[in-house]
Amino acid sequence: MKSELTVNGRKIELDVEPRMSLLDALRDELGLVGTHAGCEHGVCGACTVIADGEAVRACLILAVQADGLDITTIEGLAPARGELSVLQDSFCETHALQCGYCTSGFLLAATVLLRRTENPSRAEIERAISGNLCRCTGYTQIIEAIELAAERLGHRNTNEPEGAA
Amino acid sequence: MPDGATNTGIGASVKRVEDKRFLTGKGNYVDDINRPGQTYAYILRSPHAHAKINSIDTSAAKSASGVVAVFTGEDMQVGSIPCGWQVDSADGTPMREPGHPALAQGKVRYVGDQVAIVIADTLDQAKDAAEKINVDYTPLKAVVDLRDALADTTLVHDEIETNISYDWAIGDKAEVDAVFDGAAHVTKMDIVNNRLIPNAMEPRAAIGDFDRASGEYTLYTTTQNPHVIRLLMGAFVLSIPEHKLRVVAPDVGGGFGSKIFHYAEEAITTWAAGQIARPIKWTAERSESFITDAHGRDHLSHAELALDANGKFLGLRVETAANMGAYLSTFASAVPTYLHATLLAGVYTTPVIYCNIKAVFTNTVPVDAYRGAGRPEASYLLERLVDRAARETGLDQVDIRRRNFIPSDAFPYQTPVALAYDSGDYEATLSSALKLAEVDGFAARKAEAAGRGKKRGLGYSTYIEACGVAPSAVAGALGARAGLYESAEVRVHPTGSVTVFTGSHSHGQGHETTFAQLVSDQLGIPIENVDISHGDTGKVQFGMGTYGSRSLAVGGEAIVKATDKIISKAKKIAAHVLEASAEDIEFAGGNFTVAGTDRSMAFGEVALTAYVPHNFPHEELEPGLDETAFYDPANFTFPGGCHICEVEVDPDTGTVEVVSFTAVDDVGRVINPMIVEGQVHGGVAQGIGQALLEGCSYDEDGQLLTGSFMDYAMPRAHNLPSFKVATEETLCAHNSLGVKGCGEVGAIGSPPAVINAVVDALADMGVTDVAMPATPQTVWRAIQTAKS
Amino acid sequence: MKFPAFKYLRPSSVAEAAAQLAEHGDDARLLAGGQTLMPVLAMRLAEPEVLIDLGRIENLRGIALEDDALRLGAMTRYVDLERSALVAEHAPLITRALPYVAHVAIRNRGTIGGSVALADPAAEMPACMLALGAEIELTSTEGNRWIAAEDYFLGLYETAREDTEILTAIRIPLAPERRVGFYEVARRHGDYALAGAAAVGDVEDGRIQGLRVAMFGCDDLPVLAKTAAKAAETGVLDGAWLEADVSPTSNINGEAHIRLAQARVAFRRAVTDLLGVSNG
Repeated sequence: MKSELTVNGRKIELDVEPRMSLLDALRDELGLVGTHAGCEHGVCGACTVIADGEAVRACLILAVQADGLDITTIEGLAPARGELSVLQDSFCETHALQCGYCTSGFLLAATVLLRRTENPSRAEIERAISGNLCRCTGYTQIIEAIELAAERLGHRNTNEPEGAA
Repeated sequence: MPDGATNTGIGASVKRVEDKRFLTGKGNYVDDINRPGQTYAYILRSPHAHAKINSIDTSAAKSASGVVAVFTGEDMQVGSIPCGWQVDSADGTPMREPGHPALAQGKVRYVGDQVAIVIADTLDQAKDAAEKINVDYTPLKAVVDLRDALADTTLVHDEIETNISYDWAIGDKAEVDAVFDGAAHVTKMDIVNNRLIPNAMEPRAAIGDFDRASGEYTLYTTTQNPHVIRLLMGAFVLSIPEHKLRVVAPDVGGGFGSKIFHYAEEAITTWAAGQIARPIKWTAERSESFITDAHGRDHLSHAELALDANGKFLGLRVETAANMGAYLSTFASAVPTYLHATLLAGVYTTPVIYCNIKAVFTNTVPVDAYRGAGRPEASYLLERLVDRAARETGLDQVDIRRRNFIPSDAFPYQTPVALAYDSGDYEATLSSALKLAEVDGFAARKAEAAGRGKKRGLGYSTYIEACGVAPSAVAGALGARAGLYESAEVRVHPTGSVTVFTGSHSHGQGHETTFAQLVSDQLGIPIENVDISHGDTGKVQFGMGTYGSRSLAVGGEAIVKATDKIISKAKKIAAHVLEASAEDIEFAGGNFTVAGTDRSMAFGEVALTAYVPHNFPHEELEPGLDETAFYDPANFTFPGGCHICEVEVDPDTGTVEVVSFTAVDDVGRVINPMIVEGQVHGGVAQGIGQALLEGCSYDEDGQLLTGSFMDYAMPRAHNLPSFKVATEETLCAHNSLGVKGCGEVGAIGSPPAVINAVVDALADMGVTDVAMPATPQTVWRAIQTAKS
Repeated sequence: MKFPAFKYLRPSSVAEAAAQLAEHGDDARLLAGGQTLMPVLAMRLAEPEVLIDLGRIENLRGIALEDDALRLGAMTRYVDLERSALVAEHAPLITRALPYVAHVAIRNRGTIGGSVALADPAAEMPACMLALGAEIELTSTEGNRWIAAEDYFLGLYETAREDTEILTAIRIPLAPERRVGFYEVARRHGDYALAGAAAVGDVEDGRIQGLRVAMFGCDDLPVLAKTAAKAAETGVLDGAWLEADVSPTSNINGEAHIRLAQARVAFRRAVTDLLGVSNG
């Protein structure tokens, strides 16, 4: 069955079995293996991608349901090849990742938060990432990274109103 | 940053080299790898905890669409999956080790036991075909509960005629009993260390590959120690010589111990790849991870502490039943004995200790090392017991600990349970933690919480652990079937950049950064010029891998030893070029200088000369600059510290909130404070998880009741406070870096601090014990029991 | 955790969907937000032959104010309800309860109709519908009917919806002066509740009238605690209150008496919340 979607700004046409999840389509059909399978029952958030501006679980969406959606994956976050987004750089700065497996899910969930909320409180940050499990960090350094990114974006926004997470 | 440190050297919080690939989705995990011609495997597993297999009909599956092959235990006649450590019973009876087949041979012994592998062109085809396999089982009575298993009425393994693998002891029981007879006070407790499921976020995966031309096998696998897997699988299970078997562990998404062990799926995919001469990929589904990854903890103990009238500990006596699950996993036998019983002195001067361990088979998933492995069980037992003893004798929680601390001038300190601690200062970590946790203000905080209807409590844990496993000689004497050294090769390239091959394996620890800091510091070269290579037996010399917080204390020392050899060789080269004697060459800041002169060569010049040896005196000086070292430590290292937890309990619902958590740890010298902090945070999070949320539970038929992330609750971002962490350094006395290890301290120190805090919160209601995990219903029940 | 094979249908109107459902009956499952159905399929707890995806039916979405009710299209996502000023004004109980429903990414796909159709006894939205006295629209090829929430929830995952019917809309009667209260006991925020209560009622001179408290997570279905609500209106909650309304059984979350005790706490605190007193 055909499914036409946009992935990281590129128009994609998939022809897949209806039972294929968006997660498997991204990984196996498009080679975008930065989106990870953590539980495939919608509880861990490792497969989080952005669909039409909202964080969603790629494991709970069929590739055919994604027809018409605009998807951003971890591979589409950096502003340019070799660069990091403010949020990605903040994750490095505060040591917000260890094994890296859950990291893309956190980055995408937090990217949406920072787009929608200029100066998120700690509680807002916790809410935005509470659907994502990390077994390595204990979350403190992830929360610090998002706070740092918000602060940096805030500062940058005074000069560059277009600044996005 | 200590004086004299550079911004990338020892003591600097260098940003991680590995981060960029993970932050941009360029990590390379096993499931991300695809081999040409790859097939996919689905493993059919036992739905029964215990059953006889009468027959397996695979004919419909074999003829299903896309299926390449189906194999059962009948097809796969290979060696048994070995246990790496032999622990014999106190009476000298050898450890009972029933066969551990990769694919079931006639019987299944836990829900999840491997029965057949279906290989097809796609995973969907393999999974659909597996549903067509008809296995005729005769279900047998399962033994699930540890107490039932001890009764030996139902046997997991008929051939050994008991469920007890070994009945081991340490200490002189008669001597300890005598001390108890004369004690002023004895504190007694039954203590359960709850069974846990490690749940690394990356599910296990394996790709078996076979090259028909060379006869070489390659296994890509999610392991913490590729060489150990090559040895165990190659030599014991599949009889493939090491030069024909390459094991690759690329980026691995968390391990926490669960990826140390040699698992059946590794052997099955490798063997089957040889059979079909095509690559085979197997990736665990999360529900498979729950029923096949080795579980952790699961101890049932009775512990007694004898005290004199002044609150000094006189003796400790412990009886523990340790659940092994259905088979002995790689490290399983060592966990309750050498990693638990030997830690029971803790940070205290208790003069005599006796501990008996019964290792027990049940029809459950094998149980093995999980973050801390034995030491969390020891610290939990001891710190709960000390807390209780203080309450019973009316001593202050801090005071009873101080009265019994091994004083800082008593090192080296020989404990009564085999270990000799080399260094530590328990008063330093305690007093630092008391300040950081603002214990002085606790009474006011408690009163304020009471006004909101909440019960606030404060809990302590002053713990010790042993890591950096271990001297091979000691391990060997204790039954280890392997050495426990580590290896490093430092390869200096002609233009002066360096590749370090380490036998350690990073699955989140940041070795690519910490080790590069070390080498940059030792050789005086920029950190960008150092690459760390690990995880591939085809590239790296034999090494023992990463577990037991050993990478820096053992693997790092091996690197230092190899860089020492590099410097020594480089001095000879410099001496030759500078026409001086090697003894007169000084090495500092990346330059080799003839002492007392301005004649000097930079590291890069020496490197180039080593590979362009136009006028070397070849009898005395070989070309090249490439050295390998193996480091076998003289002792374990002994990190320790003080954790203080503050909780609020809602007495109406039993809900517990951790409002503050303080950890002051002595992990020896800190190379990268940022990474150490992350390791401590992660360990504490898992410890709080064990204390409050996580508990693996089976029904009486051996079906796992907590088999998804819905049912098995791990901490989420809003379940944890921001941690207050600090370090107090005493240097390890027997390694050159003075390092101890930081990977497990958090998980070892924290659970008793949390539970002691919950008990403290509810003490005025008469509560004296709360079991882990302290879920709302467990806490509520404890309150009601105390009321009635 | 791979989905079993199924035939995938994507109707563009309710009529088309109803016809497909009539044709396939039991063999078909309706796919709304998929946040519960897809995990069920991934674990192969169900293997339907046909999935009918309601995602392309435009008029199943949306929040509209009618004369005497707030109308929620069945395919309206939680996130749209959370951000809706209309919902905040006319059904603030929903706004109050939504943050307790799973996590952000789930709420970005999950739908109100999907949740009410599934009728998980521990879920927040079915209980809110009960407390709010909502009406539920069920549509088949035969036409549509409206049923009161009180008559809709029948048992464990059992509702008045026939296999051939599609839950198409929900109407919440307007009650401008009504106050709301909500409380739940859970292991972790976002988990299904161990016990929860959703309350609405009017407060005059500190006295509650017309109190409706829907309990969830403490029985096989969401339950309107009528006896307890009456007692609460008179201000007397002692003795064996709440047992007449809910009968928790022992399960992995605790013995029956613990679950009842937690249900009582949830009830009391939801009412306290309604009264505008801090829950502490």
